[in-house]
Amino acid sequence: MYVIVVGAGKIGYYLSKRLSEEGHEIVLMEKDRRRAALLAEELGEIVMQGDGCEVALMSEAGFGRADVIVAVTGDDEDNLVICQMAKRQFSVPRTVARVNDPANETLFQKLGIDTTVSSTSLIFNLIDQQIEPGQVIPLGALKKGNIEIVAVTVSDRSPVLGKKIADLPLPKDALVISIVRGQNAQLPQADTKFESGDSVVALVSASSEHELHSIFAEK
Amino acid sequence: MNVIILGCGRVGSTIARQLAQDQHNVTIIDITSDAFRRLGPKFTGKKIIGNGTDQYVLKRAGIERADAFLALTQGDNTNIMAAQIAREVFNISKVTTRIYDPIRAEAYREIGIETLCTTTLAAGLLRASIIGDDQYAESVSLLNTLGRS
Repeated sequence: MYVIVVGAGKIGYYLSKRLSEEGHEIVLMEKDRRRAALLAEELGEIVMQGDGCEVALMSEAGFGRADVIVAVTGDDEDNLVICQMAKRQFSVPRTVARVNDPANETLFQKLGIDTTVSSTSLIFNLIDQQIEPGQVIPLGALKKGNIEIVAVTVSDRSPVLGKKIADLPLPKDALVISIVRGQNAQLPQADTKFESGDSVVALVSASSEHELHSIFAEK
Repeated sequence: MNVIILGCGRVGSTIARQLAQDQHNVTIIDITSDAFRRLGPKFTGKKIIGNGTDQYVLKRAGIERADAFLALTQGDNTNIMAAQIAREVFNISKVTTRIYDPIRAEAYREIGIETLCTTTLAAGLLRASIIGDDQYAESVSLLNTLGRS
């Protein structure tokens, strides 16, 4: 795949290194001259100095034949414009934007960005998961659908303890897809029984998330 | 009219003062309080400090009741993003943005955002001024009148 990464901060740097190790063709664009020169010493000619929002430079970097554009600068407005211009001017099939302010995730999707990644939300969800067992943690959403992938932890006072999946009054639009017990993720069977500390991964429509929570939460 | 202006630079502060003088309800947003000095002591509008691409800041500025939104910061991308938030999230019908880069101005104009590219505009006028285009004097006098009123 031909991937263009815009923004050579820590994320852009490690991402480009990783992708090129895996054999992908990479260009890493960085606006700052000093940063670009520094990284070029290590990474060589994959580093290109220039503003990823300037159409002339986008053209030079090969946006026209890119499979994916990844915009990971520290500024949400730049990431948005890079992805929108990539779609509009160069018909890039897939755009990924880093979102610093979690409130921008839904906005970016509404404005045509294919995928958004928010480290702020990811870290927030992890902290949330640590402090509130029984809470439904969103892991991801299926694109353009109303279906979410969620995780919920079974506490030692959860009403589902010792019960089989088949016995749970699960909403029709919820599906348990995995139970993570210790270090192992299992594919659940109808007679799999829940144990304390299980992390249950489920697909659920947004409207039934609350119902799913009330099945697992301590009474 | 309730007008929100993003960016209190030379252009933003000039329009803000004019609109406030004409009895419009003006709210101006800038990331630094220093910028508000340009408004002078007689400015009657509201001043909000914050990032104009942050929906909470825009709400604090009263965007939900705004009739018009002008994005006039120094950053093209900030203006582009703020304009899209105003239009798509808050459904403001009158959204205008200043963009320096002619290519970006054209691209976003095509998707329906009103963009004013001051680079193209100034270049065109300056060219006309040396070539001696008849329309030049007329355009300049019209623009000056618009700017003062």
